[in-house]
Amino acid sequence: MSIFADPRWSEALGHLPDYLGNHVRVSVAALVLGLLVSLPLAIIARHRPVMRGGLLGLASIVQTVPGLALLALFYPLLLALAALSLSWFGVSFSAFGFLPAVLALALYSMLPVLRNTITGLQGVDAAILEAAQGVGMTPRQSLFTVELPLALPVMMAGIRTSAVWVIGTATLSTPIGQTSLGNYIFAGLQTQNWVFVLFGCLAAAVLALAVDQLLALIEGGLRHRSRFRATLGGVGIAALVAATLTPNLVRPQTNYIIGAKTFAEQYVLSALMAQRLKKAGLSATTREGLGSNVIFEALAADDIDVYIDYSGTLWANQFHRTDIKPRQELLAELKTILAKQNITLLGELGFENAYALVMPRKRAEQLGIRTVADLASRAANMSIAGDYEFFSRPEWAALRRAYGLSFRGQRQMQPDFMYAAVASGEVDVIAGYTSDGLIAKYDLVVLGDPRHAIPPYDAIVLLAPKRANDEALRKALAPLLGKIDIATMREANLRASGNDAASSPDAVAQWLWEKVGKR
Amino acid sequence: MPTTPLIAYAHVGKTFDAGRVVAVDDVSLEVAEGELLAIVGGSGSGKTTLLRLANRLIEADSGTITVEGEDVRNVDPILLRRRIGYVFQSGGLFPHLSVAGNIGITPKLLGTRPAEISVRVDELLDLVRLDRTPYRDRLPHELSGGQRQRVGVARALAARPRIMLMDEPFGALDPLTRDALGDDFRELHKKLGLTTVMITHDMTEAILLADRIAIMCDGRLLAQGTPAELSKSDDAYVGELLRTPRRQAERLSALLPREGAA
Repeated sequence: MSIFADPRWSEALGHLPDYLGNHVRVSVAALVLGLLVSLPLAIIARHRPVMRGGLLGLASIVQTVPGLALLALFYPLLLALAALSLSWFGVSFSAFGFLPAVLALALYSMLPVLRNTITGLQGVDAAILEAAQGVGMTPRQSLFTVELPLALPVMMAGIRTSAVWVIGTATLSTPIGQTSLGNYIFAGLQTQNWVFVLFGCLAAAVLALAVDQLLALIEGGLRHRSRFRATLGGVGIAALVAATLTPNLVRPQTNYIIGAKTFAEQYVLSALMAQRLKKAGLSATTREGLGSNVIFEALAADDIDVYIDYSGTLWANQFHRTDIKPRQELLAELKTILAKQNITLLGELGFENAYALVMPRKRAEQLGIRTVADLASRAANMSIAGDYEFFSRPEWAALRRAYGLSFRGQRQMQPDFMYAAVASGEVDVIAGYTSDGLIAKYDLVVLGDPRHAIPPYDAIVLLAPKRANDEALRKALAPLLGKIDIATMREANLRASGNDAASSPDAVAQWLWEKVGKR
Repeated sequence: MPTTPLIAYAHVGKTFDAGRVVAVDDVSLEVAEGELLAIVGGSGSGKTTLLRLANRLIEADSGTITVEGEDVRNVDPILLRRRIGYVFQSGGLFPHLSVAGNIGITPKLLGTRPAEISVRVDELLDLVRLDRTPYRDRLPHELSGGQRQRVGVARALAARPRIMLMDEPFGALDPLTRDALGDDFRELHKKLGLTTVMITHDMTEAILLADRIAIMCDGRLLAQGTPAELSKSDDAYVGELLRTPRRQAERLSALLPREGAA
């Protein structure tokens, strides 16, 4: 009783039509595409050993690529294709969300279908094949009236496996901009909302089981020549697709799409912007959990309308600059660079979310460490932890170069766990984020960077090319510019990392507006 | 002997494995209309290959095969097979199709209307002595070996062929069933005016059922003729093949004396 009284369950339920609908659409499209490609391929390859080996080998390799990486790889690929298509045929398409997700998942679905179809067809008794020839069947008639029906149980087993895989893996299409049940999981993990994580996992599992059972029904119907069962299964699948389509068709089209990266601060800020837009009478929706590399391209391609990035991230990662400039100069130059891509830098929010080396206050005081320069001489006996990207980012290289840093060991961690790890002494130093609320919570201290190895990271509002002259949008977001100081943002982030109803991005965004709205 | 042979092999040869295995070696053989010819030989003698050359399940390397006066090379193999009945060793029934579905397959391929096929299936069930109602909708695995082979014969007859090719049709059956089926088929053969080539490794069966017998060994045709003609052959292998039925006949007549003859 008490568990389900949590209002986050009903909040999760509220997202279900949207998330589930998108999830079903992308999974079904990927499965259908996968089947359309793999079934003919398997049939052609069954009598050709070289082609068979090649196909199965290729499909196995695809299978070994982690799902998230496969999905992420399709985004730049499609982006390049879209650019080509635009310059060659004058036709552009969105490389964001649905398309890359469907293509990557379709590729992912191929192995079980290929393998089982080939195995099933090869398993048909040679005497039966001779009989098919003997009664005067053409190869095509033999295939459709004898071989495929006899291979059906094995083929269907493959199709069912592939359906379950695709539905499970589709949760990973959230970071490339395709809404899915993964939105629960990504948002939940980032904001410590375990209700969302659980809800997302359960929903995906129930969906996978339901589709599997419907396919089993179709298989049984075909095998036992029961039209009733086959039809029931088919109707079930059709009903599922139809049910998930309707709410989306009925739902009003939203005009503004607000992007958010994969961490709590971004969820809160996108919720805040959505609230402001709605208040101004504009319809807005958020597209959360987008990968760092995806979100900027999505904005440049007009797939999303607005999002918050950080000046240093764009400077170092997007534009590959290694020189560090003072804050205002960097912002000004960034503005010019962005303008060349027709992207508007609307302004700064007022705080920085920079990478910074962080350690427990007490320990730093004991050792007399206040800056990274003080740390350098002791680093050889210390270990450092960072998030999954930090050690491959230019900031890390710049830090090491500037201070001659060399640690005893380095580890990668989920950002939420880093702060607890450094507080408990599990590691000595972490590469944290300056706006993180956990810095205050664990009584940590941010080490100074006197040589300016790390660029400034002002939170900035970016507008898509098509929104450059959108006065309504500018006006709705203007009250946020310059209003959010680092202390307020830290507190908001701390609230968002809580594990209760008040920690939902929407609730925190409301709290944040109450704090800064009157400034 | 009738004048035009319905099936004629002239100097036919066939090798497998790029010439390493000689399956049929310069065989010339004619099957007259209305005749029931048995091809007898041990395993690997080339008898099945010879049979399959006739409906182009296997293509000849050399020589000429004519069916109903036409060189088979000039006939579309699919159409050729649809007008020749073929009975497989262990039935070769399609396991996912009912008895009716199996029997009706060739007419269906020929585009016959379903209602017509249904009538034809009943006719054929009567012809091979299977009760319509219990068997029509059964699947092959629900039948006994003998029943399966009856369905196999009915399927081969479905498109009213003039020619039947049978590959050891009764080989896997118990002696009683085999005897009954053999007799029934002999009757059908006569009634329908078929021309049949039947493969068997059992000389006794061949003598009892066939008009003429062709004997194969190592891909070559050793001898051919009526049982009476063969018994005059001085070939050692032919003599050996005939010894078994002879001895069986002698022992049987000694063990089972006719009433009053003892």
